[in-house]
Amino acid sequence: MSAEPTGRTHYLNADYGVKSWLLTIDHKRIAILYLISITVFFALGGLMAVLMRLELATPVGDMVQPDTYNRLFTMHGVLMVFFFLLPSIPAVLGNFLLPLMIGAKDLAFPKINLASWYIYSIGGLFTLWSMLHGGVDTGWTFYTPFSTAFSNTYVISTAVGVFITGFSSILTGLNFIVTIHRMRAPGLTWFRLPLFVWAHYATSLVMVLGTPVLAITIFLLGLERLFHIGIFDPALGGDPVLFQPMGWVYSHPAVYILVLPSMGVVSEIVTAFSRKRIFGYKFVAYASVAIAVLGFLVWGHHMFVSSQSPYAGVIFSFLSMLVAVPSAIKVFNWTATLYEGSISWDTPMLYALGFIGLFTIGGLTGVMLATLGIDIHVHDTYFVVAHFHYIMVGGALMGYLGGMHFWWPKITGRMYPIFWSKLSALVIFIGFNLTFLPQFLLGYLGMPRRYHAYPEDFQVLNVMSSAGASILGIGYLIPLVYFIWSMRYGKRAEDNPWDAFGLEWETSSPPPTHNFLETPTVSLEAYDYADREEKRRAAEVSASGAVEPG
Amino acid sequence: MSTSAEASRAGTPEIPDSKSRAWGLAHHFESFAQQQEASYLGMWLFLVQEIMFFGGLFLAYIVYRTGHPEAFTSGSHELDITLGGINTVVLIASSLTMALAVWAAQKGRSKGIVVFIILTILLGGVFLGIKTVEYSHKWHEHHVPGPHFEWDGPDAPHVQMFFNLYFAMTGLHALHMVVGMALLAVIAVWAWRGAFTKENHNLIEGIGLYWHFVDIVWIFLFPLLYLLGRNGV
Repeated sequence: MSAEPTGRTHYLNADYGVKSWLLTIDHKRIAILYLISITVFFALGGLMAVLMRLELATPVGDMVQPDTYNRLFTMHGVLMVFFFLLPSIPAVLGNFLLPLMIGAKDLAFPKINLASWYIYSIGGLFTLWSMLHGGVDTGWTFYTPFSTAFSNTYVISTAVGVFITGFSSILTGLNFIVTIHRMRAPGLTWFRLPLFVWAHYATSLVMVLGTPVLAITIFLLGLERLFHIGIFDPALGGDPVLFQPMGWVYSHPAVYILVLPSMGVVSEIVTAFSRKRIFGYKFVAYASVAIAVLGFLVWGHHMFVSSQSPYAGVIFSFLSMLVAVPSAIKVFNWTATLYEGSISWDTPMLYALGFIGLFTIGGLTGVMLATLGIDIHVHDTYFVVAHFHYIMVGGALMGYLGGMHFWWPKITGRMYPIFWSKLSALVIFIGFNLTFLPQFLLGYLGMPRRYHAYPEDFQVLNVMSSAGASILGIGYLIPLVYFIWSMRYGKRAEDNPWDAFGLEWETSSPPPTHNFLETPTVSLEAYDYADREEKRRAAEVSASGAVEPG
Repeated sequence: MSTSAEASRAGTPEIPDSKSRAWGLAHHFESFAQQQEASYLGMWLFLVQEIMFFGGLFLAYIVYRTGHPEAFTSGSHELDITLGGINTVVLIASSLTMALAVWAAQKGRSKGIVVFIILTILLGGVFLGIKTVEYSHKWHEHHVPGPHFEWDGPDAPHVQMFFNLYFAMTGLHALHMVVGMALLAVIAVWAWRGAFTKENHNLIEGIGLYWHFVDIVWIFLFPLLYLLGRNGV
């Protein structure tokens, strides 16, 4: 890379060499390290999805063995959930933007931040090692007693990978909470914070409170498998069902770790491209916290058919439906923000609007699944698969890509090609819906998940889904290509290319190593576009007024 | 514009002027107070995640104890209440010396820090020593879960479950003590070299919180594992 024409020093050209990256404590460089790592894991997880959809193009199991198929869906889930989605927005965009948005020089614990990337990488290497030696076939949830007593695959090394990576998540969450509490710029009160920051605060709470429960559960699973002692093995006095609440106490809130940051991104984008203050700021902010809290009270909806008492089932059904309330508050408030806004259709906005639509479908089918009767009918079918992909891909991933397109100019100082980026948003939207809408129907008709073969009646819908998956795959390749292209050939970005509101846009693109040359002071509410417009108009009037008499 | 802006235009990285900043204040904090508050909050959050971590084990204990109270009581009778009691006293004493080390740090007395930290490490060592004796008794009595487990009384699987949890909980607790003692040793060396001042001793306060937390975990483990169900023996 050549130096900027102006010779300005920023975080990318402040220092060169491998060491300056691998030993950096700059949150922006660590975000880039995460970006590269999660992209690798996303590609691997995506490859497994492609193989699965290829197998499912025909009713008979002809391409892979049943055992191979089990490993494919397990590794797809493990890689996508633990190594891509969980760190995606928090560790990349959150890491990069949080200090910028609150006017800080760095996160509160820069060295812990770097350590968390190394912990993540070590966990990733364990998992990759297991994959190269044949993978694991338990499903990403590692349900006992299969995972402890029956599976002959690399359960331990994969679980160790997940266990280790969990601590990177905990440390990131801890770092964010302390940073938001203690590092805000003068004048930046809690209710002046961007909603991205609120969303990350709520996410971090879940990371710190939930992840250790998964860690201890995996610890017990490992003890049982290694030393043949029976925590979960019924033959040794254990109870295999105990694994389920312990696992889901983390793994359901984990879904909110995936989607809450995405909601934060959408809140930023929707206001910026409607040129309006977000409707009901406080409601959107509190809704994030409400989702985080309620998320801990719904694990039982994964156990409607695994010997949970029907009374507990009713309570968990009710609590699960309650999550729809704060989620709906957000969707309504984004919609109300759009109303009478001056909307521009830039790429990030396309992704954000895609998010709102797809998340709504994912959320509403979630309410259906929280209903006891329907859940028992569609339990462990493709209906569930379609539902959570609408949340995790249609929600979390769309938000991640929207955020990448929104802040890419800030991160790299370069613009990406407009036409191709809008095309990618469209292709991904179409490909995604073609992949997963048919799966709702398949599930409703009774096709169970996790099978490599199916009756011929289901072929049409499965072929549609596989066709959609290939379109989706191409949709993901397009941004990968033009993002890399833009780093060298893209047009240089201005400091604030979207004319958006927020401290991150007030520093240069890319920002200097310590983010701001002078610590900023905040005197305005978040997203006060109307006030800014008024001031600009006043400035224009006074400027023209000054010219006229002369 | 400040001088750092000019420096950055000239192409040198912006490193804060080391002379203008107090020693030990990290580059991204405005003041010692901010650094201290961040460090304490970080430690408290870490302890919160520790509570959730141990919480999973306590949950498993509650579930299985509720289901099989007789087996758990008879397992509990095999534990040595005297050794466990002595260890409880030892650990509480180590919390006292840890608190005194923090007090010495607040007064800025480096030698006091070193002395009290060494005492804390020694008491931690006594605890682990006694724990090793207890573990080796269990080994000889074939009460360690696994293929060599032997039990003559009724409901052997659930007695073994008691020992599963006993070893998992006390083992994880002991591991936390080993980590704590290693950190304390490093801090003792730093304190000996005079690294801590009245204004800047966050590390000692932080490790102090950690040590007290590990202590409190034992305060829960001791009655749950050793005492519960033993009344009227």
